[in-house]
Amino acid sequence: MNYHWNWGIFFEQIKYGDETYLSWLISGLGWTVAVSLCSWIIALLLGFAIGTVRTTPRTWLVRLGNAYVELFRNIPLLVQMFLWFFVVPEFLPRNLSLWVKQEMPAKEFVTATVCLGLFTSARIAEQVRAGIQSLPRGQRMAGLAMGFTLPQTYRYVLLPMAFRIILPPLTSEFMNVFKNSSVAFAIGVLELTFQARQMQEDSEQGIETYLAVTVLYFLCAFIANRVMAFIEKRSRVPGFIAAAK
Amino acid sequence: MKFRLGLSLFLLAGMLAATSVFAEDLTGTLKKVKESGTITMGIRESSYPLSYLDDKQQPIGYHIEICNKIVDAVKKELKMADLKVQHQPVTSQNRIPLVTNGTVDIECGSTTNNEARQKQVSFAVTTFVTNVRMVVKKASGITSLSQLDGKPVATTSGTTSVQLMRAHEKGKTVNFKEVYGKDHSDSFLLLETDRAVAFVMDDNLLAGLITSSKNPQEYAIVGEVLNIEPIAIMMRKDDPAFKKVADDTIRGLIKSGAIEKLYSKWFLSPIPPKNVNMNFAMSETLKGLIKHPSDAPAEFYNKK
Repeated sequence: MNYHWNWGIFFEQIKYGDETYLSWLISGLGWTVAVSLCSWIIALLLGFAIGTVRTTPRTWLVRLGNAYVELFRNIPLLVQMFLWFFVVPEFLPRNLSLWVKQEMPAKEFVTATVCLGLFTSARIAEQVRAGIQSLPRGQRMAGLAMGFTLPQTYRYVLLPMAFRIILPPLTSEFMNVFKNSSVAFAIGVLELTFQARQMQEDSEQGIETYLAVTVLYFLCAFIANRVMAFIEKRSRVPGFIAAAK
Repeated sequence: MKFRLGLSLFLLAGMLAATSVFAEDLTGTLKKVKESGTITMGIRESSYPLSYLDDKQQPIGYHIEICNKIVDAVKKELKMADLKVQHQPVTSQNRIPLVTNGTVDIECGSTTNNEARQKQVSFAVTTFVTNVRMVVKKASGITSLSQLDGKPVATTSGTTSVQLMRAHEKGKTVNFKEVYGKDHSDSFLLLETDRAVAFVMDDNLLAGLITSSKNPQEYAIVGEVLNIEPIAIMMRKDDPAFKKVADDTIRGLIKSGAIEKLYSKWFLSPIPPKNVNMNFAMSETLKGLIKHPSDAPAEFYNKK
C-alpha cells in the first residue's frame, strides 16, 4: 500500500485558518466529555427513579416505568437523535418551533445530551430493577416491619444494597456513554467523531486521524472504568457479595 | 529469435500507438491489470450526473463514460480485448484508501483534486469544475455572504465549507452560526425545514438537490464563489504510464470535441432515472481547461 504517512500532521495548520489539527481534536474531545458527563447525570437520576418505581407495589407506576424503558430501549440511538432533532420540533407551535430550530442556544448539544441521557436512563432503569429484585424478599419485609415507610425502606435498606450489586453493569454503562456520544456527530455536535471526519477530509491523513481518535476514545472509556472501579472498591461492604475479599 | 520477436513486436506496437510498451516493461496499474485480467473502477452511487446508479443498478454518468473510454484505451494498450471491468462502489470517506491499497484502479466519481490529496494519489487532467456557493430559499431575499450575519448556515459534516466561508474576504466580518448535516441531503433538509437560511456546498451538487426537491422553484443558487474546485478521475500516485493512458484519452476526447457532447448529454439534457434536466452550464474555468487541459490542484485556481 503506497500510503503517505505523516505523523506530524497534528501540529500542522488547517487548510484555511490558523488552528492546528490537534486543536480540532482537543475541542472535539471537550465536547465529547461534556455530552457524555451531562447525559450520564440525566441517565443516573432518571434511571434510578424509574428503575425503583418499577419494583414498587403500585401497578400503574410499574406499567408506566415498563413502557418508558421499552420505548427508549427498542429504538436505535441514531434514530432517536434524528427524532429529537428533526421531528419533535415540528410538533411545537410555529413560533416556538422556529425558536428551537434557529435561536435556541447550543441546540445540537442540548438535543444530543437529552437524547443520550434518556436512552441510557432506560438501560440503567433496567439494571436498577434487576438489582432490587435480586435482593432477598425478606429485606423489604424486614424494613417495613421495622416501621419504615415504603420510601424509607428503599432509601435505607434496598437501594444501598442494590446499588452495590449493579456497580459492574453501571461501569459498562458509564463507558458506553462515552462511546455512544459519537452518534451525536449526526446532528452536528462538534465532538470527536465530527472533528475526525473533518480532519480526515481536510488533511487526507485518514489513518493517523482515526488512530489518534481511537486512542482518545479508549482513554475516555478507560478512565471511566477506573473511576467506577475506585467507587466500587470504596463502597464495598465486607461480607456482602462474593467479590469482597 | 528473441531479438526478432522483440523487433516485430516493437514495429507492431509502433504501428498501433506510439505510446505502447512491451508487456514485460509494464509497471504499476497496467502491470497489475495485465496480470489479473481485470480492472476495477471505483464508482459513486449518487453523485449526479458524474457517477451514479440507474434504475437497473448500473453505473452511469459523465465520468463513467469518460472512464469507459480510458478502459478501452487500456484494453488497446495491453491488447486485451476481453479485459474484465469490475465496479466497486466507493464513498467520500473510503475512496482514497481504496485507491492507495489497490482495491480500486481508477476512481470515476466526483473527487476534488487538491494538494493534500496529491500527497496520497494522482489525478487525470481535470474533466469537471465545481464552484462552492450557497443555496437559499428565494423568499429569503439573500444574495450575498454579507447578509448571513447571525444567521444559521448549513453545511455537511466532514467538508470544509465553513473554513472556506471564514477565509473569504466577505465572510471574515460575518458571524455565522454553523449547523451541520450528516450528509448533503440532511443539510438540504436543514434548509428546507428553516433550521438554516443557506446551505454552502459545490454548486453542481446543490443543483442536483434542488432538482430532486419537492418545490425546485423555491430555491436559488446565489452569492460569491467561495472556492473553485477541479474535479478529476483519480488513480494511484507515481504511476506515469497509467496516468498517460488516462490523460491521452481525455485529451483525445477534448481534441475531437467529444467532451462537449458528453457534457451537454449529462448536464444540459434530461438524464435518467427521472428524466430531469440539471441545466448546469459549463463554468468559465472548465471552458478554459478544455482549451488548455491541466491537472493542477484546487489551490492553483484559488490563489489569494
